[in-house]
Amino acid sequence: TQMLSASSLLQVLFFGFGWLFFMRKLFKDYEVRQYVVQVIFSVTFAFSCTMFELIIFEILGVLNSSSRYFHWKLNLCVILLILVFMVPFYIGYFVVSNIRLLHRQKLLFACVLWLTFMYFFWKLGDPFPILSPKHGILSIEQLISRVGVIGVTLMALLSGFGAVNCPYTYMSYFLRNVTDADILALERRLLQTMDMIVSKKKRIAVAHRTMFQRGEVHNKPTGFWGMIKSVTTSVAGSENLSLIQQEVDALEELSRQLFLETADLHATKERIEYSKTFQGKYFNFLGYFFSIYCVWKIFMATINIVFDRVGKTDPVTRGIEITVNYLGIQFDVKFWSQHISFILVGIIIVTSIRGLLITLTK
Amino acid sequence: MAALDRVKVLVLGDSGVGKSSLVHLLCQNQVLGNPSWTVGCSVDVRIHDYKEGTPEEKTYYIELWDVGGSVGSATSVKSTRAVFYNSLNGIILVHDLTNKKSSQNLYRWSLEALNRDVAPMGVLVTNGDYDREQFADNQIPLLVIGTKLDQIPETKRNEVLTRTAFLAEDFNAEEINLDCTNPRYLAAGSSNAVKLSRFFDKVIEKRYFLRDGNQV
Repeated sequence: TQMLSASSLLQVLFFGFGWLFFMRKLFKDYEVRQYVVQVIFSVTFAFSCTMFELIIFEILGVLNSSSRYFHWKLNLCVILLILVFMVPFYIGYFVVSNIRLLHRQKLLFACVLWLTFMYFFWKLGDPFPILSPKHGILSIEQLISRVGVIGVTLMALLSGFGAVNCPYTYMSYFLRNVTDADILALERRLLQTMDMIVSKKKRIAVAHRTMFQRGEVHNKPTGFWGMIKSVTTSVAGSENLSLIQQEVDALEELSRQLFLETADLHATKERIEYSKTFQGKYFNFLGYFFSIYCVWKIFMATINIVFDRVGKTDPVTRGIEITVNYLGIQFDVKFWSQHISFILVGIIIVTSIRGLLITLTK
Repeated sequence: MAALDRVKVLVLGDSGVGKSSLVHLLCQNQVLGNPSWTVGCSVDVRIHDYKEGTPEEKTYYIELWDVGGSVGSATSVKSTRAVFYNSLNGIILVHDLTNKKSSQNLYRWSLEALNRDVAPMGVLVTNGDYDREQFADNQIPLLVIGTKLDQIPETKRNEVLTRTAFLAEDFNAEEINLDCTNPRYLAAGSSNAVKLSRFFDKVIEKRYFLRDGNQV
């Protein structure tokens, strides 16, 4: 019972931590409409952390074996329930409730979406030898193996993306030199473009107003017959206006590009200033090592694929072996290298999640 | 038409409150059919008759600068946005009636815009915290607009409207609550249209007329 209470306390702690993280970091500037979302996020976070903690306990040998096994089973069931049933269903439900057409029968369409998801989820296991006579078709092993396939693929993708993105972000070698004059010149161009847009819009507004005052109501041609009609009876003024409108659209696109470029320049200038501080120099230094590690990983992965061989030891293990042999320190190589590689890959994945999401939504 | 004088009014607010729909409604008298994310700044022009119906009636251009983004953006985006805050004559603060955080963020928005404009008559702030006295002294006219009024159920309306009344009082400004997808809220002659007209008149006055009534 002592063990039980200790682990449930930890679980509640993780839940609270997930809740706070959601409130403070993820949803800092937005308002939470549905508390269900927050609860599910915190519960998933709590159970994932508990599984991680149980693995660590298993390695270190804390708590007794039967209670660990019990907790493990319990956690596994709950997490599978959440991952396969609740989260996809709620995602479908919220997506559907945002589309106006399907608003009436939210539940029905959410169920349809969930069933589609389950179909593809099940199909995922086809190319893999999962079905074995020992376990039967509706068992936990089926679900776990599929979740495992998705998980490993995601981790590999993130790790690969991170390996390429890390050197680019950390190393100051890639920073272009940006001066204040560059920024000012670009800002001036941006303001000039805005002024041009404004003057053109003024002309359009004045034209609309005079036409309105003269009693000609300027309707945009709507529908099929409207378009046919506008071909034959076109007012000279409206043709001029549509030309100006096209110029305005082009200028607006230009202004958006200029804005993004200016924001980019500001960000680069900040990074340059940051890299001159002590903290910046420290991260730059770390960045070089990290980048070398990433480049080595890419190189080895390419060789493994091209020559179709399985990698025996990774650079961290080799590095530690070399250090141990050179310095003669007593070191449990296997144990530590496993953990250090684990931590390094974890760092790459965590830092690249954000980078990947930003790149995808640019 | 001879070239008219112009005033510049900023439209500020959080992402997704309905600034683009509002500006479109004000300038084109039409509902915006396909709102999309505003990148950078989008400008539109409204022609306004100052002191309509009186002998001193004069027509002005009102430029509505709709600046996109969120108040918690990176510093680089904020510095880029600041380029639009030059020589502004009025600010319309837009918030979403269904989202309390957007109303709270209005304080930060107004400070961001007013801090930038450190003209002789501008507001000087030392520590960035909100202080009601700054707004009492502020020379730039403000207007607070609450959107998505139709999405508030009848039962909650009073509570929401009281809250927004306090908000407008804090800014020493008038307030309008409407739904940007329905032009009848700004129909000619309605109280909202009168408030809007008064606000634009005030902006033009502060820009072009000195206190003793002579033209600059």
